[in-house]
Amino acid sequence: MSNIIEMKGVNKWYGDFHVLKDINLDVKKGEIVVVAGPSGSGKSTLIRCINRLEEHQEGIIRVKGIEVNSDIKNLRQIRSNVAMVFQHFNLFPHLSVLENLILAPIWVYKKPKKEAIETAMYYLNKVNIADQANKYPNQLSGGQQQRVAIARALCKNPDIMLFDEPTSALDPEMIKEVLDVMINLAQEGKTMVVVTHEMGFAKKVANRVIFMDEGQIVEENDPQNFFHNPQSDRLKLFLKQILNH
Amino acid sequence: MAVYPLKPARKPPLKERGLIAWLRKNLLSSPFNIALTIFGVAILYMIIPPFIKWAFIDANFVGNSKADCTGDGACWVFIKEKLNMFIFGFYPQDILWRPKVVMLGLVALLIFAKFVKGFNKLKLFLIVIYPIIGYILLHGGYFGLEVVETSKWGGLLLTLIIASVGIVLSFPIGVILALGRQSKLPIIRSLSIFYIELIRGVPLITVLFMASVVLPLFFPQGVDFDKLARALIGISLFEAAYVAENIRSGFQAIPKGQYEAADSLGLTYWQKMGLIILPQAIRVTIPNLVGTFISLFKDTSLVMIIGLFDLLSMVNVAANDRDWLGMETEGYVFVAFIFWIFTFGMSLYSKYLEKKLDINKKG
Ligand SMILES: Nc1ncnc2c1ncn2[C@@H]1O[C@H](COP(=O)(O)OP(=O)(O)OP(=O)(O)O)[C@@H](O)[C@H]1O
Ligand SMILES: [Mg+2]
Repeated sequence: MSNIIEMKGVNKWYGDFHVLKDINLDVKKGEIVVVAGPSGSGKSTLIRCINRLEEHQEGIIRVKGIEVNSDIKNLRQIRSNVAMVFQHFNLFPHLSVLENLILAPIWVYKKPKKEAIETAMYYLNKVNIADQANKYPNQLSGGQQQRVAIARALCKNPDIMLFDEPTSALDPEMIKEVLDVMINLAQEGKTMVVVTHEMGFAKKVANRVIFMDEGQIVEENDPQNFFHNPQSDRLKLFLKQILNH
Repeated sequence: MAVYPLKPARKPPLKERGLIAWLRKNLLSSPFNIALTIFGVAILYMIIPPFIKWAFIDANFVGNSKADCTGDGACWVFIKEKLNMFIFGFYPQDILWRPKVVMLGLVALLIFAKFVKGFNKLKLFLIVIYPIIGYILLHGGYFGLEVVETSKWGGLLLTLIIASVGIVLSFPIGVILALGRQSKLPIIRSLSIFYIELIRGVPLITVLFMASVVLPLFFPQGVDFDKLARALIGISLFEAAYVAENIRSGFQAIPKGQYEAADSLGLTYWQKMGLIILPQAIRVTIPNLVGTFISLFKDTSLVMIIGLFDLLSMVNVAANDRDWLGMETEGYVFVAFIFWIFTFGMSLYSKYLEKKLDINKKG
């Protein structure tokens, strides 16, 4: 059971639209998996099924051996082990940075407030933003907000981190500051599933890159072969498009 | 190749600035606009000077009977003489200190809650028990205080009681209804929708009649259910439907990402709603909520029709006094003024709250 995430024959529909087709995917503890693919190919849907922000209709998903299903106890355990970082940060605008960070530790993990604040400050330091602890999210730049969102995720001390295009809403000059934080995390051995178009990130830290198209996993490989030795025509075309832009 | 030096900022040309420019832009920008401006000024001219003449210049302020008024302008002596009645209704004159203490206590409590920092637990405690203290003082029956039936309560006192109890009760009920309307459980959702739409389709007067006539039928014979309590229940339940709709519009302003972030953090449904969604929904809906509460405040005068004597009814009563016949105008202007003070105060407070709680604050 060294697979921390297991997906077997997962299918999902939006109405009649078959958005995930027979997905099989295992992620080992400490593995960095990058998911790439054209817009609308189902990447977000795939990772959102892992913490059940979307419900799958067929197949089995397990996180740390616990099945992802309608059982509320399972769901609670899974969500306390899995953290997610969104494209649009989704910080809580009515709470200060620090309050955003201590929310889950206090309410989900029942930590004393003092300890929660210490942990929060530790992670804010880690993402280089401790001086902004008392500001509100809308007073920060996009890059800063995303780093706060990462710190908020880390405060859960999660076994698994899911990233859904964490840099695509950022101005170019801010992408690097967020990627640097993510690269650090990857090198510390967190299990990460990352949907991204940042191929530099994939080349640098991914153990595996997955290519999705039309709701399927079309190809998966280690980064070296993924980029330099693509097999399917669709991946070749995709690589040509993203590398040329 | 060319290099352009940076230019210092200049002020806009004179014709874009100052009073003349403002007049030109806002009042005289087109023939239609000019006509409207003339029309508006004419109306103001017809209304304001006569009113000022009536209310101040020709008015009588001193004296203690109708004979002291010349009749050219307003007879404010009437208001002065009947003030206790307007404020306290038929509350016995010799124990007016009790409602006075209650009202002053409320003001003191609000000032304490607003301007003194800290003591949060004490504040909460006081706010929760204050209605009980207020009730005991007003109604009596305990600690040797003479009993004053609620039917004797009246005037501004009653108006304020109805409005504040209505606001305080309708708010939580409205929140629950709004949550119910969002619920994934079909039964809860349809019940909430049914209730909200039913109430919103019915005038408050009907609800008040129902509360005063129909509600007692549900109680065993002989149980005399206080008339004021019936009105309070009716108004709160009525207002709750509107509060619920306000809050629902607030929910709709919250991006989906907020729900998802709360879910992905592992918050429970109630934590998510209570800590993330509701606080934001209430913030965006404050202007609407205050609008609802302002109309609630004004609607309190409808309790007149089920035989309660709020501020407006007291004016009717006072104007029927044989010594003061013909004083309706003064009375109604006074009532309008009092209502305006309170609702305008609520408006200002909501502006202030909006600014203070602005989620998108920058800088
Ligand atoms: N709630 C929904 N209802 C109906 N269709 C949906 C819904 N969410 C997504 N879809 C559709 O499912 C498909 C996959 O969406 P998904 O968001 O997973 O794509 P993606 O690979 O993440 O794309 P992008 O790169 O644009 O984020 C798209 O065609 C989208 O239009
Ligand atoms: Mg996506």
